[in-house]
Amino acid sequence: MDERYEIIAEDVSFTYPGDETNPPVNALRGVTLRVPKGSYTAILGRNGSGKSTLARILCMLETPEKGELYIDGKLMTGDKVTEADILDARKRVGMVFQNPDNQIVATIVEEDVAFGCENLGVPSGEIRKRVDDALETVGMTKYARHSPHKLSGGQKQRVAIAGVIAMKRECIIFDESTAMLDPMGRREVLDTIDKLNKEDGVTVILITHYMDEATRADHVVVMNDGQILKEGTPSEVFSDPETLWSASLDVPQTTELLYGLKKKGLDVPLDVFDPERCAAVIAGAISSRGGVKNGDR
Amino acid sequence: MAIVELRGINFIYNKGTPYETHALKNVDLSVNEGQITGLIGPTGSGKSTLVQLINGILKPTDGEVILDGVNIWDQPKKIREARFKAGVVMQYPEYQLFADTVRDDIAFGPKNMGLGEDEISERVNKAAAFAGLDPSVMSRSPFDLSGGQKRRAALAGVIAMEPKVLILDEPAAGLDPGGRKEVLGGLKKYQRSVGSSIIIVSHSMEDMANYCDRIIVMTDGKIAMTGVPSEIFARYNDLIGLGLDVPRITRVAASLSRRGVDLGEVYTVGYAVEKLSELL
Ligand SMILES: Nc1ncnc2c1ncn2[C@@H]1O[C@H](COP(=O)(O)OP(=O)(O)OP(=O)(O)O)[C@@H](O)[C@H]1O
Ligand SMILES: Nc1ncnc2c1ncn2[C@@H]1O[C@H](COP(=O)(O)OP(=O)(O)OP(=O)(O)O)[C@@H](O)[C@H]1O
Ligand SMILES: [Mg+2]
Ligand SMILES: [Mg+2]
Repeated sequence: MDERYEIIAEDVSFTYPGDETNPPVNALRGVTLRVPKGSYTAILGRNGSGKSTLARILCMLETPEKGELYIDGKLMTGDKVTEADILDARKRVGMVFQNPDNQIVATIVEEDVAFGCENLGVPSGEIRKRVDDALETVGMTKYARHSPHKLSGGQKQRVAIAGVIAMKRECIIFDESTAMLDPMGRREVLDTIDKLNKEDGVTVILITHYMDEATRADHVVVMNDGQILKEGTPSEVFSDPETLWSASLDVPQTTELLYGLKKKGLDVPLDVFDPERCAAVIAGAISSRGGVKNGDR
Repeated sequence: MAIVELRGINFIYNKGTPYETHALKNVDLSVNEGQITGLIGPTGSGKSTLVQLINGILKPTDGEVILDGVNIWDQPKKIREARFKAGVVMQYPEYQLFADTVRDDIAFGPKNMGLGEDEISERVNKAAAFAGLDPSVMSRSPFDLSGGQKRRAALAGVIAMEPKVLILDEPAAGLDPGGRKEVLGGLKKYQRSVGSSIIIVSHSMEDMANYCDRIIVMTDGKIAMTGVPSEIFARYNDLIGLGLDVPRITRVAASLSRRGVDLGEVYTVGYAVEKLSELL
Protein backbone atom coordinates (compact mmCIF):
# COMPACT_ATOMS: atom_id res chain seq x y z
CA MET A 1 0.00 0.00 0.00
CA ASP A 2 0.83 3.62 -0.38
CA GLU A 3 3.89 4.62 1.64
CA ARG A 4 2.96 8.28 1.71
CA TYR A 5 0.62 7.35 4.50
CA GLU A 6 1.81 6.67 8.03
CA ILE A 7 -1.46 4.93 8.82
CA ILE A 8 -4.29 3.60 6.74
CA ALA A 9 -7.30 2.01 8.42
CA GLU A 10 -9.76 0.39 6.02
CA ASP A 11 -13.26 -0.34 7.26
CA VAL A 12 -12.08 -1.24 10.75
CA SER A 13 -14.51 -2.65 13.32
CA PHE A 14 -14.00 -3.59 16.94
CA THR A 15 -16.25 -5.16 19.58
CA TYR A 16 -15.69 -5.50 23.32
CA PRO A 17 -17.13 -8.90 24.29
CA GLY A 18 -20.15 -8.99 26.57
CA ASP A 19 -20.86 -11.23 29.57
CA GLU A 20 -23.94 -12.79 31.26
CA THR A 21 -25.40 -9.41 32.18
CA ASN A 22 -24.04 -7.13 29.48
CA PRO A 23 -24.32 -7.27 25.71
CA PRO A 24 -21.13 -6.78 23.65
CA VAL A 25 -20.19 -3.18 22.78
CA ASN A 26 -19.64 -2.37 19.10
CA ALA A 27 -17.09 0.32 19.76
CA LEU A 28 -16.01 0.77 16.12
CA ARG A 29 -18.27 0.09 13.18
CA GLY A 30 -16.46 0.41 9.88
CA VAL A 31 -13.96 3.22 10.29
CA THR A 32 -11.83 4.27 7.32
CA LEU A 33 -9.05 6.75 8.01
CA ARG A 34 -5.94 7.84 6.10
CA VAL A 35 -3.19 9.65 7.92
CA PRO A 36 -0.52 11.10 5.59
CA LYS A 37 3.07 11.17 6.85
CA GLY A 38 3.88 14.44 8.59
CA SER A 39 0.21 15.43 8.91
CA TYR A 40 -1.66 16.69 11.97
CA THR A 41 -5.05 15.11 12.58
CA ALA A 42 -7.49 15.98 15.38
CA ILE A 43 -10.15 13.49 16.48
CA LEU A 44 -13.29 14.80 18.20
CA GLY A 45 -16.34 12.92 19.42
CA ARG A 46 -18.69 12.47 22.33
CA ASN A 47 -17.84 10.25 25.32
CA GLY A 48 -17.90 6.61 24.32
CA SER A 49 -17.83 7.33 20.58
CA GLY A 50 -14.76 5.14 20.08
CA LYS A 51 -11.81 7.56 19.99
CA SER A 52 -9.57 5.78 22.48
CA THR A 53 -10.46 2.39 21.03
CA LEU A 54 -9.43 3.62 17.58
CA ALA A 55 -6.21 5.04 19.03
CA ARG A 56 -5.34 1.69 20.63
CA ILE A 57 -5.89 -0.05 17.31
CA LEU A 58 -3.74 2.45 15.42
CA CYS A 59 -0.81 1.82 17.75
CA MET A 60 -1.53 -1.90 17.74
CA LEU A 61 -2.46 -2.43 21.35
CA GLU A 62 -5.67 -4.01 20.03
CA THR A 63 -6.34 -5.96 16.85
CA PRO A 64 -9.27 -4.99 14.66
CA GLU A 65 -11.98 -7.57 14.49
CA LYS A 66 -12.69 -6.68 10.88
CA GLY A 67 -10.96 -4.50 8.32
CA GLU A 68 -7.34 -3.75 7.48
CA LEU A 69 -4.63 -1.68 9.07
CA TYR A 70 -1.48 -0.51 7.26
CA ILE A 71 1.43 1.18 9.00
CA ASP A 72 4.03 2.82 6.77
CA GLY A 73 2.47 1.00 3.85
CA LYS A 74 2.74 -2.48 5.38
CA LEU A 75 -0.27 -4.61 6.16
CA MET A 76 -0.61 -5.29 9.89
CA THR A 77 -3.74 -7.41 9.88
CA GLY A 78 -4.49 -10.92 8.64
CA ASP A 79 -2.50 -14.17 8.65
CA LYS A 80 0.54 -13.06 6.67
CA VAL A 81 1.76 -10.43 9.10
CA THR A 82 4.87 -11.43 11.05
CA GLU A 83 5.86 -10.73 14.64
CA ALA A 84 8.81 -8.68 13.34
CA ASP A 85 6.54 -6.44 11.24
CA ILE A 86 4.39 -5.74 14.27
CA LEU A 87 7.39 -4.91 16.45
CA ASP A 88 8.70 -2.53 13.79
CA ALA A 89 5.36 -0.83 13.50
CA ARG A 90 5.01 -0.50 17.26
CA LYS A 91 8.29 1.39 17.23
CA ARG A 92 6.85 3.88 14.77
CA VAL A 93 3.55 4.71 16.44
CA GLY A 94 3.34 5.72 20.10
CA MET A 95 0.59 6.97 22.35
CA VAL A 96 0.14 9.18 25.41
CA PHE A 97 -2.70 7.63 27.39
CA GLN A 98 -5.81 9.44 28.56
CA ASN A 99 -4.98 8.78 32.23
CA PRO A 100 -1.27 9.35 32.94
CA ASP A 101 -1.39 6.87 35.84
CA ASN A 102 -1.85 4.10 33.29
CA GLN A 103 1.50 5.07 31.86
CA ILE A 104 3.59 5.51 35.00
CA VAL A 105 5.91 2.52 35.47
CA ALA A 106 8.84 3.72 37.57
CA THR A 107 9.20 5.26 41.02
CA ILE A 108 11.35 8.21 39.90
CA VAL A 109 10.32 10.69 37.23
CA GLU A 110 13.49 10.47 35.12
CA GLU A 111 13.44 6.68 35.15
CA ASP A 112 9.85 6.78 34.10
CA VAL A 113 10.67 9.04 31.17
CA ALA A 114 13.62 6.81 30.22
CA PHE A 115 11.62 3.57 30.32
CA GLY A 116 10.30 3.70 26.75
CA CYS A 117 13.73 4.51 25.33
CA GLU A 118 15.27 1.60 27.18
CA ASN A 119 12.67 -0.67 25.64
CA LEU A 120 13.59 0.63 22.21
CA GLY A 121 17.24 -0.21 22.91
CA VAL A 122 18.50 3.37 22.72
CA PRO A 123 22.16 3.60 23.98
CA SER A 124 22.35 4.87 27.56
CA GLY A 125 24.30 8.09 26.85
CA GLU A 126 21.73 9.01 24.26
CA ILE A 127 18.90 8.18 26.69
CA ARG A 128 20.32 10.58 29.28
CA LYS A 129 20.26 13.38 26.75
CA ARG A 130 16.79 12.59 25.48
CA VAL A 131 15.36 12.40 29.00
CA ASP A 132 16.90 15.73 29.98
CA ASP A 133 15.62 17.35 26.79
CA ALA A 134 12.14 15.92 27.17
CA LEU A 135 11.84 17.01 30.80
CA GLU A 136 13.06 20.46 29.81
CA THR A 137 10.50 20.62 26.99
CA VAL A 138 7.60 19.92 29.36
CA GLY A 139 9.02 22.13 32.13
CA MET A 140 9.57 19.30 34.64
CA THR A 141 13.36 19.37 35.05
CA LYS A 142 12.93 20.43 38.66
CA TYR A 143 10.99 17.25 39.40
CA ALA A 144 13.41 14.78 37.74
CA ARG A 145 14.16 12.97 41.03
CA HIS A 146 10.61 13.09 42.44
CA SER A 147 8.18 10.20 42.61
CA PRO A 148 5.74 10.45 39.70
CA HIS A 149 2.88 9.20 41.87
CA LYS A 150 3.30 12.14 44.19
CA LEU A 151 2.81 14.91 41.68
CA SER A 152 -0.15 17.15 40.99
CA GLY A 153 -2.55 16.13 38.20
CA GLY A 154 -1.04 18.41 35.59
CA GLN A 155 2.53 17.50 36.55
CA LYS A 156 1.77 13.80 35.97
CA GLN A 157 0.39 14.60 32.58
CA ARG A 158 3.58 16.46 31.66
CA VAL A 159 5.71 13.48 32.71
CA ALA A 160 3.63 11.13 30.57
CA ILE A 161 4.11 13.44 27.58
CA ALA A 162 7.88 13.64 28.18
CA GLY A 163 8.13 9.84 28.15
CA VAL A 164 6.63 9.59 24.70
CA ILE A 165 8.50 12.59 23.28
CA ALA A 166 11.80 11.03 24.38
CA MET A 167 11.08 7.96 22.26
CA LYS A 168 11.20 10.06 19.06
CA ARG A 169 8.66 8.09 17.14
CA GLU A 170 7.45 8.78 13.63
CA CYS A 171 3.87 9.11 14.83
CA ILE A 172 2.42 10.08 18.21
CA ILE A 173 -1.19 9.82 19.32
CA PHE A 174 -2.11 12.17 22.17
CA ASP A 175 -5.28 10.94 23.90
CA GLU A 176 -6.67 13.99 25.73
CA SER A 177 -3.18 14.83 26.90
CA THR A 178 -3.95 18.40 27.84
CA ALA A 179 -7.06 17.72 29.93
CA MET A 180 -5.43 18.55 33.28
CA LEU A 181 -3.04 21.30 32.21
CA ASP A 182 -3.33 24.95 33.19
CA PRO A 183 -3.81 27.46 30.35
CA MET A 184 -0.11 28.24 29.98
CA GLY A 185 0.83 24.56 30.23
CA ARG A 186 -1.75 23.74 27.61
CA ARG A 187 -0.34 26.35 25.26
CA GLU A 188 3.20 25.12 25.87
CA VAL A 189 2.29 21.49 25.23
CA LEU A 190 0.33 22.39 22.10
CA ASP A 191 3.25 24.50 20.87
CA THR A 192 5.56 21.55 21.55
CA ILE A 193 3.26 19.30 19.55
CA ASP A 194 3.21 21.85 16.70
CA LYS A 195 6.98 21.93 16.78
CA LEU A 196 7.27 18.14 16.73
CA ASN A 197 4.98 18.16 13.72
CA LYS A 198 6.33 21.13 11.76
CA GLU A 199 10.05 20.90 12.54
CA ASP A 200 10.70 17.23 13.24
CA GLY A 201 8.11 15.93 10.81
CA VAL A 202 6.33 13.81 13.42
CA THR A 203 2.87 12.66 12.36
CA VAL A 204 0.45 13.82 15.05
CA ILE A 205 -2.98 12.54 16.02
CA LEU A 206 -4.60 14.61 18.74
CA ILE A 207 -7.73 13.39 20.50
CA THR A 208 -9.43 16.23 22.32
CA HIS A 209 -12.64 17.68 23.73
CA TYR A 210 -11.30 21.23 23.28
CA MET A 211 -12.47 22.67 19.99
CA ASP A 212 -9.81 25.39 20.03
CA GLU A 213 -7.09 22.75 20.00
CA ALA A 214 -8.57 21.08 16.93
CA THR A 215 -8.20 24.31 14.96
CA ARG A 216 -4.43 23.72 14.96
CA ALA A 217 -4.77 20.51 12.94
CA ASP A 218 -4.72 20.09 9.13
CA HIS A 219 -7.52 17.59 9.27
CA VAL A 220 -10.38 17.10 11.76
CA VAL A 221 -12.25 13.82 12.19
CA VAL A 222 -15.54 13.73 14.10
CA MET A 223 -16.52 10.36 15.56
CA ASN A 224 -20.01 9.42 16.61
CA ASP A 225 -21.21 6.04 17.81
CA GLY A 226 -18.25 4.10 16.43
CA GLN A 227 -18.30 5.75 13.03
CA ILE A 228 -16.89 8.83 11.36
CA LEU A 229 -19.65 11.43 11.24
CA LYS A 230 -17.75 14.15 9.44
CA GLU A 231 -14.20 15.03 8.41
CA GLY A 232 -12.38 17.88 6.74
CA THR A 233 -10.24 20.93 7.43
CA PRO A 234 -11.03 22.83 10.65
CA SER A 235 -12.79 25.47 8.53
CA GLU A 236 -14.98 22.86 6.90
CA VAL A 237 -15.87 21.05 10.09
CA PHE A 238 -16.51 24.11 12.25
CA SER A 239 -18.58 25.94 9.65
CA ASP A 240 -21.44 23.60 10.51
CA PRO A 241 -22.14 24.21 14.23
CA GLU A 242 -25.56 22.52 14.15
CA THR A 243 -24.10 19.12 13.23
CA LEU A 244 -21.46 19.44 15.93
CA TRP A 245 -23.96 20.45 18.60
CA SER A 246 -26.12 17.47 17.66
CA ALA A 247 -23.10 15.19 18.26
CA SER A 248 -22.59 16.65 21.77
CA LEU A 249 -19.67 18.72 20.48
CA ASP A 250 -19.13 22.43 20.16
CA VAL A 251 -17.36 25.08 18.09
CA PRO A 252 -14.60 27.47 19.24
CA GLN A 253 -15.92 30.56 21.05
CA THR A 254 -14.94 32.78 18.10
CA THR A 255 -17.10 30.70 15.76
CA GLU A 256 -19.96 30.67 18.28
CA LEU A 257 -19.80 34.48 18.41
CA LEU A 258 -19.67 34.84 14.63
CA TYR A 259 -22.55 32.39 14.24
CA GLY A 260 -24.64 34.40 16.72
CA LEU A 261 -23.92 37.61 14.81
CA LYS A 262 -24.60 36.02 11.45
CA LYS A 263 -28.03 34.97 12.69
CA LYS A 264 -28.64 38.62 13.58
CA GLY A 265 -27.92 39.52 9.99
CA LEU A 266 -24.24 40.52 10.08
CA ASP A 267 -22.31 39.22 7.07
CA VAL A 268 -19.34 37.39 8.62
CA PRO A 269 -17.52 34.10 7.94
CA LEU A 270 -17.57 31.43 10.66
CA ASP A 271 -14.09 29.98 10.28
CA VAL A 272 -12.03 32.61 12.09
CA PHE A 273 -10.39 31.07 15.15
CA ASP A 274 -7.86 33.64 16.28
CA PRO A 275 -9.37 36.22 18.72
CA GLU A 276 -7.45 39.11 17.13
CA ARG A 277 -8.59 38.23 13.59
CA CYS A 278 -12.11 37.56 14.80
CA ALA A 279 -12.27 41.06 16.26
CA ALA A 280 -10.92 42.52 13.00
CA VAL A 281 -13.57 40.69 10.98
CA ILE A 282 -16.38 41.91 13.23
CA ALA A 283 -15.13 45.50 13.37
CA GLY A 284 -14.82 45.46 9.57
CA ALA A 285 -18.30 44.07 9.05
CA ILE A 286 -19.85 46.60 11.42
CA SER A 287 -18.19 49.61 9.83
CA SER A 288 -18.89 48.50 6.24
CA ARG A 289 -22.52 48.20 7.27
CA GLY A 290 -22.42 51.73 8.61
CA GLY A 291 -23.29 50.35 12.02
CA VAL A 292 -23.36 52.68 14.98
CA LYS A 293 -19.82 53.41 16.03
CA ASN A 294 -18.92 53.18 19.64
CA GLY A 295 -19.31 56.47 21.43
CA ASP A 296 -22.36 57.45 19.38
CA ARG A 297 -24.67 56.05 21.99
CA MET B 1 -22.45 33.11 55.82
CA ALA B 2 -19.34 31.03 55.40
CA ILE B 3 -19.91 27.30 54.94
CA VAL B 4 -16.18 26.56 54.83
CA GLU B 5 -13.47 28.48 56.61
CA LEU B 6 -9.76 27.80 56.51
CA ARG B 7 -7.67 29.56 59.13
CA GLY B 8 -3.90 29.77 59.02
CA ILE B 9 -3.56 26.55 57.02
CA ASN B 10 -0.17 25.09 56.19
CA PHE B 11 0.21 21.77 54.44
CA ILE B 12 3.54 20.07 53.91
CA TYR B 13 3.98 16.81 51.99
CA ASN B 14 6.82 14.46 53.01
CA LYS B 15 7.77 16.66 55.91
CA GLY B 16 11.38 16.26 57.00
CA THR B 17 12.52 14.44 53.83
CA PRO B 18 14.53 15.90 50.93
CA TYR B 19 11.31 15.93 48.87
CA GLU B 20 9.40 18.06 51.33
CA THR B 21 6.81 20.20 49.50
CA HIS B 22 5.16 23.14 51.20
CA ALA B 23 1.89 22.89 49.27
CA LEU B 24 -0.20 25.42 51.24
CA LYS B 25 1.26 28.45 52.97
CA ASN B 26 -0.71 30.32 55.65
CA VAL B 27 -3.98 30.09 53.80
CA ASP B 28 -7.01 31.95 55.17
CA LEU B 29 -10.14 31.51 53.16
CA SER B 30 -13.88 31.56 53.49
CA VAL B 31 -16.36 30.04 51.07
CA ASN B 32 -19.87 31.49 50.95
CA GLU B 33 -22.88 29.29 51.58
CA GLY B 34 -25.27 28.68 48.70
CA GLN B 35 -22.88 29.74 45.96
CA ILE B 36 -20.79 28.13 43.27
CA THR B 37 -17.19 29.01 44.03
CA GLY B 38 -14.49 28.45 41.41
CA LEU B 39 -10.91 27.65 42.31
CA ILE B 40 -8.29 28.35 39.66
CA GLY B 41 -4.51 28.37 39.67
CA PRO B 42 -1.49 27.04 37.79
CA THR B 43 -0.41 23.40 37.95
CA GLY B 44 0.96 22.56 41.37
CA SER B 45 -0.46 25.67 43.06
CA GLY B 46 -2.21 23.58 45.73
CA LYS B 47 -5.83 23.35 44.55
CA SER B 48 -6.29 19.60 44.95
CA THR B 49 -4.49 19.69 48.28
CA LEU B 50 -6.78 22.45 49.49
CA VAL B 51 -10.02 20.73 48.53
CA GLN B 52 -8.94 17.47 50.16
CA LEU B 53 -8.49 19.33 53.44
CA ILE B 54 -12.11 20.45 53.49
CA ASN B 55 -13.57 17.01 54.10
CA GLY B 56 -10.64 15.66 56.05
CA ILE B 57 -9.06 13.37 53.43
CA LEU B 58 -5.89 15.30 54.30
CA LYS B 59 -5.10 16.78 57.69
CA PRO B 60 -3.44 20.21 57.80
CA THR B 61 0.11 20.41 59.13
CA ASP B 62 -1.25 23.35 61.06
CA GLY B 63 -4.32 25.56 61.02
CA GLU B 64 -8.05 25.02 61.38
CA VAL B 65 -10.67 23.69 58.99
CA ILE B 66 -14.17 24.87 59.89
CA LEU B 67 -16.92 23.07 58.00
CA ASP B 68 -20.49 24.23 58.58
CA GLY B 69 -19.45 25.80 61.89
CA VAL B 70 -17.54 22.75 63.16
CA ASN B 71 -13.77 22.44 63.50
CA ILE B 72 -13.46 19.05 61.82
CA TRP B 73 -10.33 17.97 63.71
CA ASP B 74 -11.70 18.87 67.18
CA GLN B 75 -12.89 15.28 67.49
CA PRO B 76 -10.80 13.18 65.10
CA LYS B 77 -13.08 10.18 65.68
CA LYS B 78 -15.93 12.08 64.12
CA ILE B 79 -14.06 12.84 60.89
CA ARG B 80 -16.51 10.58 59.04
CA GLU B 81 -19.15 13.26 59.55
CA ALA B 82 -17.04 15.68 57.58
CA ARG B 83 -16.81 13.12 54.78
CA PHE B 84 -20.59 12.91 54.53
CA LYS B 85 -21.08 16.63 54.79
CA ALA B 86 -18.52 17.54 52.13
CA GLY B 87 -18.23 15.21 49.13
CA VAL B 88 -15.17 15.42 46.88
CA VAL B 89 -15.10 14.22 43.27
CA MET B 90 -11.39 13.59 42.78
CA GLN B 91 -9.32 14.87 39.87
CA TYR B 92 -8.76 11.37 38.47
CA PRO B 93 -11.95 9.31 38.66
CA GLU B 94 -10.01 6.04 38.76
CA TYR B 95 -9.10 6.80 42.37
CA GLN B 96 -12.73 6.79 43.27
CA LEU B 97 -14.14 3.81 41.39
CA PHE B 98 -13.82 0.37 42.92
CA ALA B 99 -17.08 -1.66 42.86
CA ASP B 100 -18.02 -4.45 40.45
CA THR B 101 -20.70 -2.46 38.70
CA VAL B 102 -21.39 1.19 38.09
CA ARG B 103 -24.67 0.87 39.99
CA ASP B 104 -22.95 -0.54 43.11
CA ASP B 105 -20.33 2.14 42.88
CA ILE B 106 -22.89 4.95 42.92
CA ALA B 107 -24.88 3.21 45.69
CA PHE B 108 -21.87 2.85 47.97
CA GLY B 109 -22.07 6.32 49.57
CA PRO B 110 -25.84 6.31 50.22
CA LYS B 111 -25.54 2.76 51.64
CA ASN B 112 -22.82 3.87 54.02
CA MET B 113 -25.03 6.70 55.16
CA GLY B 114 -27.54 4.07 56.29
CA LEU B 115 -30.32 5.02 53.89
CA GLY B 116 -33.15 2.57 53.08
CA GLU B 117 -33.22 0.47 49.90
CA ASP B 118 -35.87 2.57 48.14
CA GLU B 119 -34.17 5.83 48.92
CA ILE B 120 -30.85 4.40 47.75
CA SER B 121 -32.18 3.27 44.43
CA GLU B 122 -33.97 6.55 43.88
CA ARG B 123 -30.81 8.50 44.61
CA VAL B 124 -28.73 6.27 42.34
CA ASN B 125 -31.09 6.78 39.44
CA LYS B 126 -31.28 10.51 39.99
CA ALA B 127 -27.50 10.87 40.25
CA ALA B 128 -26.91 8.74 37.15
CA ALA B 129 -29.36 10.85 35.17
CA PHE B 130 -27.68 14.00 36.45
CA ALA B 131 -24.27 12.79 35.32
CA GLY B 132 -25.67 11.75 31.94
CA LEU B 133 -24.85 8.07 32.36
CA ASP B 134 -26.60 5.88 29.85
CA PRO B 135 -28.75 3.22 31.62
CA SER B 136 -26.95 0.54 29.57
CA VAL B 137 -23.68 1.11 31.44
CA MET B 138 -25.14 0.72 34.95
CA SER B 139 -24.52 -3.02 35.16
CA ARG B 140 -21.04 -2.82 33.62
CA SER B 141 -17.72 -2.67 35.44
CA PRO B 142 -16.64 0.95 35.96
CA PHE B 143 -13.19 -0.06 34.71
CA ASP B 144 -14.54 -1.02 31.29
CA LEU B 145 -15.89 2.44 30.58
CA SER B 146 -14.49 5.16 28.36
CA GLY B 147 -12.63 8.02 30.09
CA GLY B 148 -15.59 10.38 30.06
CA GLN B 149 -17.98 7.67 31.22
CA LYS B 150 -15.69 6.99 34.21
CA ARG B 151 -15.74 10.67 35.11
CA ARG B 152 -19.54 10.63 34.96
CA ALA B 153 -19.70 7.55 37.21
CA ALA B 154 -17.41 9.13 39.81
CA LEU B 155 -19.49 12.29 39.70
CA ALA B 156 -22.73 10.37 40.22
CA GLY B 157 -21.24 8.51 43.20
CA VAL B 158 -20.68 11.75 45.09
CA ILE B 159 -23.87 13.49 43.90
CA ALA B 160 -25.90 10.53 45.23
CA MET B 161 -24.78 11.41 48.76
CA GLU B 162 -26.29 14.89 48.34
CA PRO B 163 -23.54 16.44 50.43
CA LYS B 164 -24.07 19.86 51.92
CA VAL B 165 -20.81 20.95 50.31
CA LEU B 166 -20.11 19.47 46.90
CA ILE B 167 -16.50 19.72 45.78
CA LEU B 168 -15.53 18.89 42.22
CA ASP B 169 -11.86 18.69 41.18
CA GLU B 170 -11.83 19.20 37.41
CA PRO B 171 -15.34 17.79 36.99
CA ALA B 172 -15.51 18.51 33.29
CA ALA B 173 -12.06 17.26 32.23
CA GLY B 174 -12.72 14.42 29.83
CA LEU B 175 -16.38 15.25 29.34
CA ASP B 176 -17.51 16.02 25.80
CA PRO B 177 -18.66 19.64 25.31
CA GLY B 178 -22.35 18.70 25.46
CA GLY B 179 -21.82 16.78 28.69
CA ARG B 180 -19.78 19.64 30.06
CA LYS B 181 -22.67 22.05 29.54
CA GLU B 182 -25.20 19.59 30.96
CA VAL B 183 -23.21 18.76 34.08
CA LEU B 184 -22.00 22.26 34.90
CA GLY B 185 -25.35 23.80 33.99
CA GLY B 186 -27.09 21.17 36.10
CA LEU B 187 -25.06 22.10 39.18
CA LYS B 188 -26.96 25.35 39.64
CA LYS B 189 -30.26 23.45 39.64
CA TYR B 190 -28.85 20.78 41.93
CA GLN B 191 -27.63 23.43 44.32
CA ARG B 192 -31.08 25.01 44.56
CA SER B 193 -32.88 21.70 45.04
CA VAL B 194 -30.48 20.32 47.65
CA GLY B 195 -29.54 23.69 49.11
CA SER B 196 -25.85 22.98 48.98
CA SER B 197 -22.69 24.95 48.31
CA ILE B 198 -20.41 23.97 45.47
CA ILE B 199 -16.68 24.35 44.90
CA ILE B 200 -15.32 23.69 41.40
CA VAL B 201 -11.64 23.39 40.54
CA SER B 202 -10.99 23.97 36.85
CA HIS B 203 -8.45 25.11 34.30
CA SER B 204 -11.16 26.25 31.92
CA MET B 205 -11.59 30.00 32.22
CA GLU B 206 -14.63 29.76 29.95
CA ASP B 207 -16.39 27.37 32.33
CA MET B 208 -15.48 29.45 35.35
CA ALA B 209 -16.88 32.57 33.69
CA ASN B 210 -20.09 30.79 32.72
CA TYR B 211 -20.94 28.98 35.94
CA CYS B 212 -19.32 30.50 39.04
CA ASP B 213 -20.66 33.14 41.42
CA ARG B 214 -17.26 33.79 42.89
CA ILE B 215 -13.68 32.89 41.94
CA ILE B 216 -10.62 32.22 44.06
CA VAL B 217 -7.21 32.35 42.40
CA MET B 218 -4.30 30.41 43.91
CA THR B 219 -0.61 30.56 43.13
CA ASP B 220 2.25 28.80 44.80
CA GLY B 221 0.24 27.60 47.80
CA LYS B 222 -1.31 31.00 48.51
CA ILE B 223 -4.52 32.83 47.68
CA ALA B 224 -3.73 35.47 45.05
CA MET B 225 -7.16 36.97 44.33
CA THR B 226 -10.82 36.52 45.16
CA GLY B 227 -13.83 38.18 43.58
CA VAL B 228 -16.82 37.80 41.28
CA PRO B 229 -15.94 36.68 37.73
CA SER B 230 -16.10 40.20 36.26
CA GLU B 231 -13.62 41.44 38.87
CA ILE B 232 -11.26 38.55 38.31
CA PHE B 233 -11.33 38.59 34.50
CA ALA B 234 -10.92 42.37 34.48
CA ARG B 235 -7.40 41.67 35.80
CA TYR B 236 -6.43 40.35 32.39
CA ASN B 237 -2.70 41.01 32.60
CA ASP B 238 -2.34 39.76 36.17
CA LEU B 239 -3.97 36.46 35.24
CA ILE B 240 -1.78 35.98 32.20
CA GLY B 241 1.26 36.83 34.33
CA LEU B 242 0.30 33.97 36.65
CA GLY B 243 0.19 31.50 33.76
CA LEU B 244 -3.59 31.61 33.67
CA ASP B 245 -5.83 33.14 31.06
CA VAL B 246 -9.09 34.92 30.35
CA PRO B 247 -11.88 33.35 28.29
CA ARG B 248 -11.25 33.57 24.54
CA ILE B 249 -14.30 35.76 24.15
CA THR B 250 -12.74 38.25 26.56
CA ARG B 251 -9.70 38.43 24.27
CA VAL B 252 -11.97 39.12 21.31
CA ALA B 253 -13.75 41.88 23.26
CA ALA B 254 -10.43 43.44 24.30
CA SER B 255 -9.29 43.48 20.69
CA LEU B 256 -12.63 44.95 19.56
CA SER B 257 -12.26 47.70 22.09
CA ARG B 258 -8.81 48.55 20.67
CA ARG B 259 -10.55 48.83 17.31
CA GLY B 260 -13.07 51.32 18.62
CA VAL B 261 -15.91 48.91 19.38
CA ASP B 262 -16.16 49.02 23.15
CA LEU B 263 -18.46 46.42 24.68
CA GLY B 264 -17.43 46.91 28.30
CA GLU B 265 -16.54 43.81 30.27
CA VAL B 266 -17.34 40.64 28.38
CA TYR B 267 -16.69 37.13 29.54
CA THR B 268 -19.45 35.02 28.01
CA VAL B 269 -20.36 34.57 24.33
CA GLY B 270 -24.07 35.15 24.92
CA TYR B 271 -23.39 38.54 26.43
CA ALA B 272 -21.03 39.49 23.59
CA VAL B 273 -23.65 38.65 20.96
CA GLU B 274 -26.22 40.67 22.88
CA LYS B 275 -23.98 43.74 23.21
CA LEU B 276 -22.88 43.61 19.57
CA SER B 277 -26.47 43.22 18.37
CA GLU B 278 -27.30 46.50 20.06
CA LEU B 279 -24.68 48.16 17.87
CA LEU B 280 -26.04 46.76 14.61
N1 LIG C 1 1.02 12.97 47.34
C1 LIG C 1 1.92 13.94 47.25
N2 LIG C 1 3.15 13.82 47.79
C2 LIG C 1 4.06 14.81 47.70
N3 LIG C 1 3.86 15.97 47.05
C3 LIG C 1 2.66 16.16 46.48
C4 LIG C 1 1.63 15.16 46.54
N4 LIG C 1 0.55 15.63 45.87
C5 LIG C 1 0.89 16.86 45.43
N5 LIG C 1 2.15 17.19 45.79
C6 LIG C 1 2.86 18.46 45.49
O1 LIG C 1 2.16 19.51 46.16
C7 LIG C 1 2.03 20.67 45.33
C8 LIG C 1 0.56 21.02 45.16
O2 LIG C 1 -0.09 19.95 44.48
P1 LIG C 1 -1.64 19.93 44.15
O3 LIG C 1 -1.95 18.56 43.66
O4 LIG C 1 -2.43 20.46 45.29
O5 LIG C 1 -1.69 20.99 42.92
P2 LIG C 1 -2.89 21.43 41.98
O6 LIG C 1 -3.05 22.90 42.12
O7 LIG C 1 -4.09 20.59 42.21
O8 LIG C 1 -2.27 21.15 40.53
P3 LIG C 1 -2.94 20.58 39.16
O9 LIG C 1 -3.59 21.75 38.50
O10 LIG C 1 -1.76 20.14 38.35
O11 LIG C 1 -3.86 19.47 39.50
C9 LIG C 1 2.74 20.31 44.01
O12 LIG C 1 4.02 20.87 44.02
C10 LIG C 1 2.83 18.78 44.02
O13 LIG C 1 4.00 18.33 43.36
N1 LIG D 1 -12.41 -2.40 28.31
C1 LIG D 1 -13.66 -2.21 27.85
N2 LIG D 1 -14.59 -3.19 27.96
C2 LIG D 1 -15.85 -3.01 27.51
N3 LIG D 1 -16.27 -1.89 26.89
C3 LIG D 1 -15.39 -0.90 26.73
C4 LIG D 1 -14.05 -0.98 27.21
N4 LIG D 1 -13.39 0.16 26.92
C5 LIG D 1 -14.32 0.96 26.31
N5 LIG D 1 -15.51 0.32 26.19
C6 LIG D 1 -16.73 0.87 25.55
O1 LIG D 1 -16.48 1.08 24.18
C7 LIG D 1 -17.07 2.33 23.75
C8 LIG D 1 -15.99 3.22 23.17
O2 LIG D 1 -15.09 3.58 24.22
P1 LIG D 1 -13.81 4.53 23.99
O3 LIG D 1 -13.00 4.47 25.22
O4 LIG D 1 -13.16 4.19 22.71
O5 LIG D 1 -14.56 5.95 23.86
P2 LIG D 1 -13.94 7.41 23.71
O6 LIG D 1 -14.48 8.00 22.45
O7 LIG D 1 -12.47 7.38 23.88
O8 LIG D 1 -14.67 8.17 24.94
P3 LIG D 1 -14.14 9.31 25.97
O9 LIG D 1 -14.32 10.63 25.29
O10 LIG D 1 -15.11 9.20 27.11
O11 LIG D 1 -12.73 8.99 26.35
C9 LIG D 1 -17.78 2.90 24.98
O12 LIG D 1 -19.14 2.58 24.91
C10 LIG D 1 -17.12 2.20 26.15
O13 LIG D 1 -18.02 2.04 27.23
MG1 LIG E 1 -11.18 8.13 25.40
MG1 LIG F 1 -4.99 19.09 41.11
